[in-house]
Amino acid sequence: MNELLLVVTIGGQRVAFPADAVESVVELDTLIPVPRAAPHVAGLSALRSRVLTVIDCMRSLELGATDCSDGIREAAVVELDGHHYALIVDLVEDVVEALSAPAPIRAAMGAGWERSSAGMVETETGPLLIVEVAALIAGVEAKAA
Amino acid sequence: MDDLIADFVAECREMLEALGGEVVAWEAEPADRARLDSIFRFVHTVKGNCGFFEFPRLEALSHAAEDALADVRAGRRQADGPLVSAVLAILDRIGEMVAAIEAGSEMPPGDDQALIAALEPGIEGTAAPVAATVAEAQGKIAAPRTIRLSVELLDRVMSGVSDMVLARNELARRLRESPTDVPIDGAFERLSSIIAEMRDAITRTRMQRIENLFVALPRMVRDLSAELGKQVLVDIEGGDVELDREMIEMIRDPLTHIIRNAVDHGIETPAERLKAGKREIGILCVSARQSGNQILIDIQDDGRGIDGKKLVEKALASGTLAKADAAELRPRDQLALIFEAGLSTAREVTAISGRGVGMDVVRSNVERIGGIVEVDSKPGAGTRMTLRVPLTLTIIPALTVSIGNQHFAIPRSAIDEIVRANGESVKLERVGGAGVATIRGRRVPQVVLADILGLDSPMKDEERTLIVLRPAGGDVYALAVDRIHDHEELVVKPAAPAVMATGLYAGTTLADDGSPILLFDPAGLAQVGGVKLEVQERTARIAEGPAVAVPAKATEVILFRGLDGARRALRLSVVDRIEEVPAGAIKPGAGQLRVQLGESILPLTGLGGGELPNGKVRLFRLNDGSHEVGYAFQEVIDLATIDHDLIQADCPGEISGVTLIGGEPAELVDAHWLFASHVGPAARPAAEQPVCRLPSDDPWMQNMLRPIVEAAGYRVVGDGDDAKADLVIVSDGAKVARGAAGRTIRLRTDPEAAGARDSSIYRYDRAALLIALKSAGGSR
Repeated sequence: MNELLLVVTIGGQRVAFPADAVESVVELDTLIPVPRAAPHVAGLSALRSRVLTVIDCMRSLELGATDCSDGIREAAVVELDGHHYALIVDLVEDVVEALSAPAPIRAAMGAGWERSSAGMVETETGPLLIVEVAALIAGVEAKAA
Repeated sequence: MDDLIADFVAECREMLEALGGEVVAWEAEPADRARLDSIFRFVHTVKGNCGFFEFPRLEALSHAAEDALADVRAGRRQADGPLVSAVLAILDRIGEMVAAIEAGSEMPPGDDQALIAALEPGIEGTAAPVAATVAEAQGKIAAPRTIRLSVELLDRVMSGVSDMVLARNELARRLRESPTDVPIDGAFERLSSIIAEMRDAITRTRMQRIENLFVALPRMVRDLSAELGKQVLVDIEGGDVELDREMIEMIRDPLTHIIRNAVDHGIETPAERLKAGKREIGILCVSARQSGNQILIDIQDDGRGIDGKKLVEKALASGTLAKADAAELRPRDQLALIFEAGLSTAREVTAISGRGVGMDVVRSNVERIGGIVEVDSKPGAGTRMTLRVPLTLTIIPALTVSIGNQHFAIPRSAIDEIVRANGESVKLERVGGAGVATIRGRRVPQVVLADILGLDSPMKDEERTLIVLRPAGGDVYALAVDRIHDHEELVVKPAAPAVMATGLYAGTTLADDGSPILLFDPAGLAQVGGVKLEVQERTARIAEGPAVAVPAKATEVILFRGLDGARRALRLSVVDRIEEVPAGAIKPGAGQLRVQLGESILPLTGLGGGELPNGKVRLFRLNDGSHEVGYAFQEVIDLATIDHDLIQADCPGEISGVTLIGGEPAELVDAHWLFASHVGPAARPAAEQPVCRLPSDDPWMQNMLRPIVEAAGYRVVGDGDDAKADLVIVSDGAKVARGAAGRTIRLRTDPEAAGARDSSIYRYDRAALLIALKSAGGSR
């Protein structure tokens, strides 16, 4: 069976997360800011009795900031190195099957996309960019390091 | 098959760890049959298993060791240094191989024949030095039944229980919000207590005996002392103290480092020791004990000690210390300099403990887990290092505070005190843009939490609350917060790297209402806030010197009920703090009742005619600036001020008079009388004490005579000290510089006087000695 992808919209673009990296999709209501943290760390939230570190994907991808003031946001929950993160996205669409292996994109993309994409795959709904979860979590500083 | 090998590897590891200490103990006492047997059992087990698993090299090694040990057991051979060394070498090789098997890698290369040959009797190895262990005398109790569990499983259970606690907290909050029936409350109470019990139990499963850490020490010290040509006896105590497994791992390196230092720099070579009048064999005591929710680990050696003055010189030379500050350092602060980066008093850099990188790393490692390292040393007499670490990392008592409407938590262990910024004894000033708070005459740097965090806070400086934090155990700073809330026990979890990168936080936790709270790292806050901790504490003390004259005001007293039921009052200024001790800590000693409080023993009073209550005794810790006295009481009634006239007592005594406090009479306790009658001659301030010079190189004088002289109220100085001595004591025949002292006492070793004109005193004539001491002191 081919790899499953979770299709989400970030900054108006349809992209995909590898589905097996995503634990669940949640709606965040409370968001506790983390003062002095990197800008892409939107804050903390709680899922059941777990603390989630909330990542603003817009900022990670250098596309601007998500407006978190209007309450409920959709987010994909992932685990990395024992910590749980919630990645804020505009919209979670669907789970689709990848029809090809990721292929490099040779066209020029935005710097943020360039850093965090793992290539493009074909799906039934057309080509989708695969976004690496770890790159989103690392944020802008990863490039500098 | 794989499972069997894994079990074999785990078993070997455990046995090897336990054996490290046994072998060394066996070396010290080759006749010790029990130790020999346990080593024999180990090699026998390995041999048996190897044959089964087909590890021929392991089998050959263990077989050879088994043969040699069997000879010793049968009495055909004596255990000697070379044999022990050879057996140790084989155990090491077995350990390497077992590790290789576990990792699934190639067997370590090397020829085992040489090791096996070394077992032959009559082979001259390097003469093994004596390093013995005096293990805690504990009878071999039948081992409790155990099973082996993977640590991950335990961690999973632990985090499950933590979640359960949080879920319970949330349920509690929901229950509070809605009116409920009594039966539901009852059921919830039961659930709560079961969860609490379970949390305790699971916390204990994560506990390990600190023995696991200690077993490796004798072996390490043996190898080290062999390399350095020293003789060291290790004395280990308190191996049964339990500590969080994670914590044990965290203190392994600091402890190892301190012990290496002690053997390398502390303990002298046998020749030097003899010259200093000590036993050839140095003693290294490692002991652990629990005190409240902390574990104290003492590492004490009787070596050459740390020279505070030399440290100061070094610090001056390297520029870590300013000259002006150096003069202000108290001996304790001088010693604390060893924790500064780049300082070491060792003349030569050795392979063992390296160069000055070390103690600063030890301190930062210990502080990272919320612990403290303390050092105490007497030149010539030895050094004591004390590690204080919290019992566990996961559940932390904390204080919640808020800025605007966001809550944060501060670990309670770091909090020194909490004062209101607009309080009477607090003054806020700004010096060059930096905040300085003066709290009861003490200057401490002040930072505003809202500024550090870059949060908006509408509150004025004066309305805030100051939390005085002591992150490193020594240095303090004041943190201004908008509001403080509650003390809570929080289940803290590590935060994501992106959050930790700020350096401000130690972890995250969930509040009762299920919202996340960030837990601060007090040292990180200081750093981000720009507070320089090391430097600050020194100047803080200097500011204490010319104390601000306190305007006359009503005397504040603490009103309490004594053990005999009487209403009494004590001036608040002499009460250091209130302590609670088990009745067992109170014992008569040296002529009066004394109470043990942690490290110190204080005279205890306040008992009156009243009986000591069973169980816990509460007492005031009174402090006159240099001495402490305990005063037992029943309960504190209130804080009050004396606004009525005091009716003086007729004769001086414990009670200086009676006054009306809160409309009822209360006896005012005379703190001066308490100190005068309970501290005795030792209470004389150092400046007024007569000075006695004793030869510092005479062990008899230092060990036997010195306590008597000090008990008579003298301050004892050595030859090197320039202080003017009121009295010099020398052994008969020694020369004394004329005019060097007010009086000289000569001691002779012969009970009979040499002649009528001999004015010397026989050194065990205690009565004559005391009279001479008294008259010399009185002539001042």
